[in-house]
Amino acid sequence: MVFGLILLAQTPTQTRWVAKTGFFAQPRFWPAVGLMALVGLGGLHLAKLPWRRFTGADWVEVRKWAAALEYAIWFMAYVLVVPVIGYLPASILFAATLSWRLGYRTTRMIAVSILFAIATVIVFKSFLSVKIPGGMIYEYLPGAVRSFFILNL
Amino acid sequence: MDLLLSSLEILARWDVILALLVGSIGGVLIGAIPGVGPAVAIAILLPATFSMDPIVGLTVLLGIYGSSMYGGSIPAVLINTPGTAVNALTTYDGYPMTARGEPRRALSLAYSSSFFGGIFSVVCLILFAPVLAKVAPLFGSREIFLAALLGIILVIVAHRGQSLIAGALAGFGIFIQTIGLEPVKYSKRFTFDQAFLSSGIDLIVVVLGLFALSQAFVLLTSEDEKIRTTRLRGGLFQGFRELARHPRVAAVSASFGVLMGMIPGVGEFTAQFLSYTYAQKTSKRPQDFGHGSSEGLIASETSNNAVPAAAMVPLLALGIPGEALTAMMLSVFYVHNVVPGPGLFQNQMDFIVALYLALLILNVLVVLFLLVATRPLISVVKIPNRFLGLCVLTLSFVGVYSLRNSVTDCVLAAVFGMIGYVLKRLSLPVVPIILGMVLGGIMEVKLRAGMARVKEPFDFIDRPVAMILFLVIVAVLIVHARSVWLDRKSLKEAEWQTKHRSTRFGALLFRRKSSLSKARGRQVKARHSTSYRRSTGRG
Repeated sequence: MVFGLILLAQTPTQTRWVAKTGFFAQPRFWPAVGLMALVGLGGLHLAKLPWRRFTGADWVEVRKWAAALEYAIWFMAYVLVVPVIGYLPASILFAATLSWRLGYRTTRMIAVSILFAIATVIVFKSFLSVKIPGGMIYEYLPGAVRSFFILNL
Repeated sequence: MDLLLSSLEILARWDVILALLVGSIGGVLIGAIPGVGPAVAIAILLPATFSMDPIVGLTVLLGIYGSSMYGGSIPAVLINTPGTAVNALTTYDGYPMTARGEPRRALSLAYSSSFFGGIFSVVCLILFAPVLAKVAPLFGSREIFLAALLGIILVIVAHRGQSLIAGALAGFGIFIQTIGLEPVKYSKRFTFDQAFLSSGIDLIVVVLGLFALSQAFVLLTSEDEKIRTTRLRGGLFQGFRELARHPRVAAVSASFGVLMGMIPGVGEFTAQFLSYTYAQKTSKRPQDFGHGSSEGLIASETSNNAVPAAAMVPLLALGIPGEALTAMMLSVFYVHNVVPGPGLFQNQMDFIVALYLALLILNVLVVLFLLVATRPLISVVKIPNRFLGLCVLTLSFVGVYSLRNSVTDCVLAAVFGMIGYVLKRLSLPVVPIILGMVLGGIMEVKLRAGMARVKEPFDFIDRPVAMILFLVIVAVLIVHARSVWLDRKSLKEAEWQTKHRSTRFGALLFRRKSSLSKARGRQVKARHSTSYRRSTGRG
């Protein structure tokens, strides 16, 4: 709500009114429609909600959200590591360490997660040729192996 | 006949056949795993399909969409957990059958009903295609704007009890879509002079965040469950014979699926609700519904599988997606510069019939696969939740990063992942955001074009189709307002009956105010009464 109100207040500075253009064709029109719906209907929804004090159950919920934030950080770490050590090594590292973190610490489960990471890389990068650049450390590999790694792994 | 031959020619390629196989088997697998729906799979695979031909990419995605519901019935019947959201109704009658020792009958009935629903809808739409080709050109900019507006209103209204927040989230989606450089006047909108916002927020980043990443977070923060499945013995053909004994229920349910699928924003749930209610009302044994009724199972599975083919109608004919999955498919068209809409029906009819034929073949492939491979498939259900979360997180990376190799996109996807997670925890819908983004973009373009030749407000609806759409919008709003008013009235009556004090903030303030005024009033009254006594000398 607050976010929506701030953005709505920013509408005059962040958008432009263009002369000799119809009202509905103004660049400002649709952002304003979206934000007014967000603020207006969101405000009505909030006003209709039952009001009560913050209880212990709410803290449990906040902790759940924080737990999800931890995995968002894991995801971002994975994103940042890929351009450095390459897609295949980063995926193996990510799957194995996250599997360890989740409590799947048997050799079988870690092996399964590593196999999953390898399969993902082979299917997407080698077969489907999705655009994921090679890692910086691939530069240190010898000639033919280097280009193979950059193209496929 | 020529049309059919040229459509078959489009399909007779090794990559399309491979796409059919991958889509059908992959869809069944994804559907069979509770927690990973077709939306997650399509969101992840979307960027990978951009490098393929439109027909190949769309066949894979349609395959996943169409076949996931077949797979979703397996856990719904065997462990009382729907594989995909639309299989929820299957648990009502499927699981009681398993509980009384008939899992084979329930599964085979679910497969045969799904097969009938799928084939019925494709055949209907192939027959209906020439009519659509005639109707589609009647839609100009104004009509498409009104149809998109109707779609967004229906999506909001369909979230009963949550329409206000659904509307707010759709508004959020409309707003997100406007961020970046405005394409006509080249003016910046809400970029805050940041380079990464100038190119706007990509739909796929939002989709991956809201569907794939948020689902990964949900799985990762949940507990693993011990799942016990039932052993299956014998063949799975008996369902076809049983289905043949209920032709009326099957045909009506499939028709509901086709009709509801064609209306943007309505989809599987309404189709299932209508068919299940119809089946129960017309059944000779209505008391069996919810306790393992074969008619109930037929109604729910036939209607949900008839929807995917029908849901492609507004997308292909008008370029308006009716729900999240077709909204994702729309981006495949855009990437390949194929603009779905009336022009597609006029110029590339063979492409459309080829898509429908692909769905037809897909249904046959899925049933054959399931008849052979159901027993090994059951073990897929047992994959632990949190491990599944790890897999989805790993796969989500490919989806986001391969788009533009941008870390900013990944940060945005993670932010939307968190937004999606919080919305899911609060049981709020995420679909309105996606549809707001897609339909908001369409509405902006079409309203601008439509208003160019409009002098008075009435000119906007002076064409027959525009008028009909306008009247439908007004009718939907009136019906919704009436149902909200009736709900409110019954809620009030229930409140009065239980004599609970209202918990609303306004009521709280009012009570506080009245109690204050009462105490103050009493005080003033007491003071007045003493002065009155003193002056009159009474008391």
